[in-house]
Amino acid sequence: MHFLLLFSRQGKLRLQKWFTPVPEREKKKIVRDMTTMVLGRKPRSCNFLHWKDLKIVYKKYASLYFCCGLDAEENELLALEVLHRYVELLDKYFGNVCELDIIFNFEKAYFILDEFLLGGEVQETSKQVLSRSIEASDMLQEVCFGRSCLLSVLSIIFSVVL
Amino acid sequence: MPAVSKGDGMRGLAVFISDIRNCKSKEAEIKRINKELANIRSKFKGDKALDGYSKKKYVCKLLFIFLLGHDIDFGHMEAVNLLSSNKYTEKQIGYLFISVLVNSNSELIRLINNAIKNDLSSRNPTFMCLALHCIANVGSREMAEAFAGEIPRILVAGDTMDSVKQSAALCLLRLYKASPDLVLMGEWTSRVVHLLNDQHMGVVTAAISLITCLSSKNPDEFKTCVSLAVSRLSRIVSSASTDLQDYTYYFVPAPWLSCKLLRLLQCYPPPEDGAVKGRLVECLETILNKAQEPPKSKKVQHSNAKNAILFEAISLIIHYDSEPNLLVRACNQLGQFLQHRETNLRYLALESMCTLASSEFSHEAVKTHIETVINALKTERDVSVRQRAADLLYAMCDRSNAKQIVAEMLSYLETADYSIREEMVLKVAILAEKYAVDYSWYVDTILNLIRIAGDYVSEEVWYRVIQIVINRDDVQGYAAKTVFEALQAPACHENMVKVGGYILGEFGNLIAGDPRSSPLVQFNLLHSKFHLCSVPTRALLLSAYIKFINLFPETKATIQEVLRSDSQIRNSDVELQQRAVEYLKLSSIASTDVLATVLEEMPPFPERESSILAKLKKKKGPGAVSVELEDGKERGELNGGGDRGVPDLTNALSTPSPSADLLGLRSAAPVSGAAPSAGSLLVDVFSEAGPAAASAGVNDDGFLRFVCKNNGVLFENQLLQIGIKSEYRQNLGRMYLFYGNKTSVQFVSFSTTLNVQTKTVEPLVEGGAQVQQVINIECLTDFVDAPLLNIKFRYGGALQNISLKLPVTINKFFQPTEMAAADFFQRWKQLSQPQQEAQKIFKASHGMDTEVLKAKLLGLGTALLENVDPNPENYVCAGVIQTKAQQVGCLLRLEPNAQAQMYRLTLRSSKDTVSQRVCDLLAEQF
Repeated sequence: MHFLLLFSRQGKLRLQKWFTPVPEREKKKIVRDMTTMVLGRKPRSCNFLHWKDLKIVYKKYASLYFCCGLDAEENELLALEVLHRYVELLDKYFGNVCELDIIFNFEKAYFILDEFLLGGEVQETSKQVLSRSIEASDMLQEVCFGRSCLLSVLSIIFSVVL
Repeated sequence: MPAVSKGDGMRGLAVFISDIRNCKSKEAEIKRINKELANIRSKFKGDKALDGYSKKKYVCKLLFIFLLGHDIDFGHMEAVNLLSSNKYTEKQIGYLFISVLVNSNSELIRLINNAIKNDLSSRNPTFMCLALHCIANVGSREMAEAFAGEIPRILVAGDTMDSVKQSAALCLLRLYKASPDLVLMGEWTSRVVHLLNDQHMGVVTAAISLITCLSSKNPDEFKTCVSLAVSRLSRIVSSASTDLQDYTYYFVPAPWLSCKLLRLLQCYPPPEDGAVKGRLVECLETILNKAQEPPKSKKVQHSNAKNAILFEAISLIIHYDSEPNLLVRACNQLGQFLQHRETNLRYLALESMCTLASSEFSHEAVKTHIETVINALKTERDVSVRQRAADLLYAMCDRSNAKQIVAEMLSYLETADYSIREEMVLKVAILAEKYAVDYSWYVDTILNLIRIAGDYVSEEVWYRVIQIVINRDDVQGYAAKTVFEALQAPACHENMVKVGGYILGEFGNLIAGDPRSSPLVQFNLLHSKFHLCSVPTRALLLSAYIKFINLFPETKATIQEVLRSDSQIRNSDVELQQRAVEYLKLSSIASTDVLATVLEEMPPFPERESSILAKLKKKKGPGAVSVELEDGKERGELNGGGDRGVPDLTNALSTPSPSADLLGLRSAAPVSGAAPSAGSLLVDVFSEAGPAAASAGVNDDGFLRFVCKNNGVLFENQLLQIGIKSEYRQNLGRMYLFYGNKTSVQFVSFSTTLNVQTKTVEPLVEGGAQVQQVINIECLTDFVDAPLLNIKFRYGGALQNISLKLPVTINKFFQPTEMAAADFFQRWKQLSQPQQEAQKIFKASHGMDTEVLKAKLLGLGTALLENVDPNPENYVCAGVIQTKAQQVGCLLRLEPNAQAQMYRLTLRSSKDTVSQRVCDLLAEQF
């Protein structure tokens, strides 16, 4: 997977993740092309497109479009389910996720994505394992890693991961 | 529980975000942002040290501003400081900022790498994962240099936590993709393969992506993964939907892992071990069977996951291309999907069938769906599905259905979406050319194309139709008649005027006998379009006019009148003015003979890669036109058995010497059907493009192709192309070698050694780039062995080693010698000692076409002597080989026997070794 973009019906970009090095100017162009292309699609069209050498897979969830760019040999249907699993993870974390959650907690959306996808490849597919590690890092949020409490924190991590 | 983190995280950030959202205009937003930037800048610069929380908050705000699309030029230092915070949340924000806003400021990179190093060695899995995520997100070369050695150790260490292993595997993959030369294979590689057996499904899922990438680049080192992957796949496929617990996705067991396993197997040929292969075939059959079972859930996720595996299995079956039974089942399955109510499945079925169409086992099965596909082209609501249907029609096209498919595509063009018209035009043009049985059909098709979609007919397309008409005299009259008729339409496209102007200028005489298309009528018709055309077309028309003066002297006065008019001879465009002036002068002062010579019919165009095909390839990017790479079977039947055989020698990929080139083309006499002549059209591009293995052995076949020519492609495999240009005079020669990198990745440590001396080449060959090397050659004495060229370079991690014989042969130093018959026979008798003669009798391995033979003999470097041999079927040649030590006179006689398809070749020279060597070399050429 080369990139993952989340944008609204109005074409506002809500999240952008680039898995291959792309110069800033090129990024802006891709975002522009994707939003115009995807938003211009008629309803009930298929979820796949060709764009340059990439396959584009997109899906709309409520007001938000999830759109990713794949290599020629990647599997489109599976990519649709990658998008779906990500939505499920966001939903589990925020509880009935909506666009506003992603706007105001954009950093969380990135953290969750990093647990799921790395370098454009699926790192872990189990929802349980993923939610556990996302929760584990949340518990660490405000814990101080001073010498005194290091041990207790480590025990939290282990209890969660194991 | 996660609610802890929301809202209460950073209040200031939430306020800022809602401020931005409340901005009514872009200007207001920019104003608000500038205010915030000023505020953050002053806080960062202020005397008071910021606490970690504030720093985190401000860095996060900067990140938000950047993601809105504004430039951020400060805050990097503060983000780096956060990396070494001992609070997890601060560290996390620091890493996020760095991942999104990498700056190749070297000072900063050093600091970042330091922080990462600390976290990697912290033995705290959460920190290690954060650091690994950062490396994977940035993936820069500096990071690869710093960590490419460390990460494999983390990946295979026994005590590494599973989650860290997963991150490490994908992190390493990212570094390998970005800087393959820095990730060195080592003893860790075999342990990585065994991660396929890991108990933790997540670890296998992550590791297999890495293994697949490494295997595709170094298949031999990772061979053992095939049997491991097959047994893992078989366990998943045969498991019940609940066995894998949370790795079951909507009742489908481990879809991601299954697809990745099937993808990994596509890096390899079918397993040789019968048991492994049997098990795999069983898996593939099970997957195909499951597609027929009723769904376990109505949810689209269920069917998507299930079909994702099915499509991946079909890709593997197509990749193996060896199991006719499975291929036909796959084709039937896709046939079902072609009519499925889910648009996505119809789209994917059309796409997969494109690849199936190129397999000889399934090509016929694919063709049975032609009506469905044509229907899809006409009725699908979604343009991207229609596009796939057009692609599939293109892929399934062959001689039997070409007329139907081209007709359907043409009629679709009338209403096609603008976005795909140009590509459609190219495809129609290519199919029309490739499968033309009679060329009148080809001409009709292309003219229709110009009529229907003239704006999308690129120059390549109309150049090509002219090339073909010029090169084939059987279609010239028809072409002239057809363009003449087409031009009579009140509004016709400018491209039609171009084609019309060119063809009537060359071949208008062929239809001039009919009073309805008399010379003057033709001229008036063309000239009626003149004023509507752009400058380049007008220039072309002026050239057509002067050609008319030559073809039809009776039009001279009228045309001179036109040329003399102010609008031509004083035209403000320099090119037009110059043409008008020069043509006018030429037509008034030159005698008819001179005129006839200057304005002679265009010589045939040299055959090379069809410009249209090249254009389509460029449009779609490399690798996207696999459809054209047809197998030998297809190639044989093209163009009615290659009736204009360009022999392998003057192959399309090479730039043959001018004489060989033209002679090869003028050979109008049909070569017998059995002759393995490369089809003269599109596909001949591929006749020698097959991947030559980068073997360690010396590559010989390239060498022999260069005996009778000096320029061309000496060697080509998937990575490297070596082209040669050479020139010889007397006993000296100069050879230019062009090393072209066909990949997008740098070759490093590139070196070439010759068993004689050369200047060194640049050690780096950038992706897609070409370097040149010049070799000066002096022939000291006659020789047999060619110089050996050894090429070494690193591509990815792997060392490539190629040995080639440089095509320097003794005949390159021939000076042709013309002589009369008497002279020749006198010398022939003088060289009558047995050791001075070498003779070979051999079977023809190519066609015995006269012009081709002549071209080869000329390419040898000798003079071809006419009217010397009493038998006109025979050829005699003479030349002197120039070496520094001596000159060796050489006479040659070639006696073809067309009935027996045999040759007798006799060489006589003043030196026995030379006779023998030239005889050996030449005998391989026919």
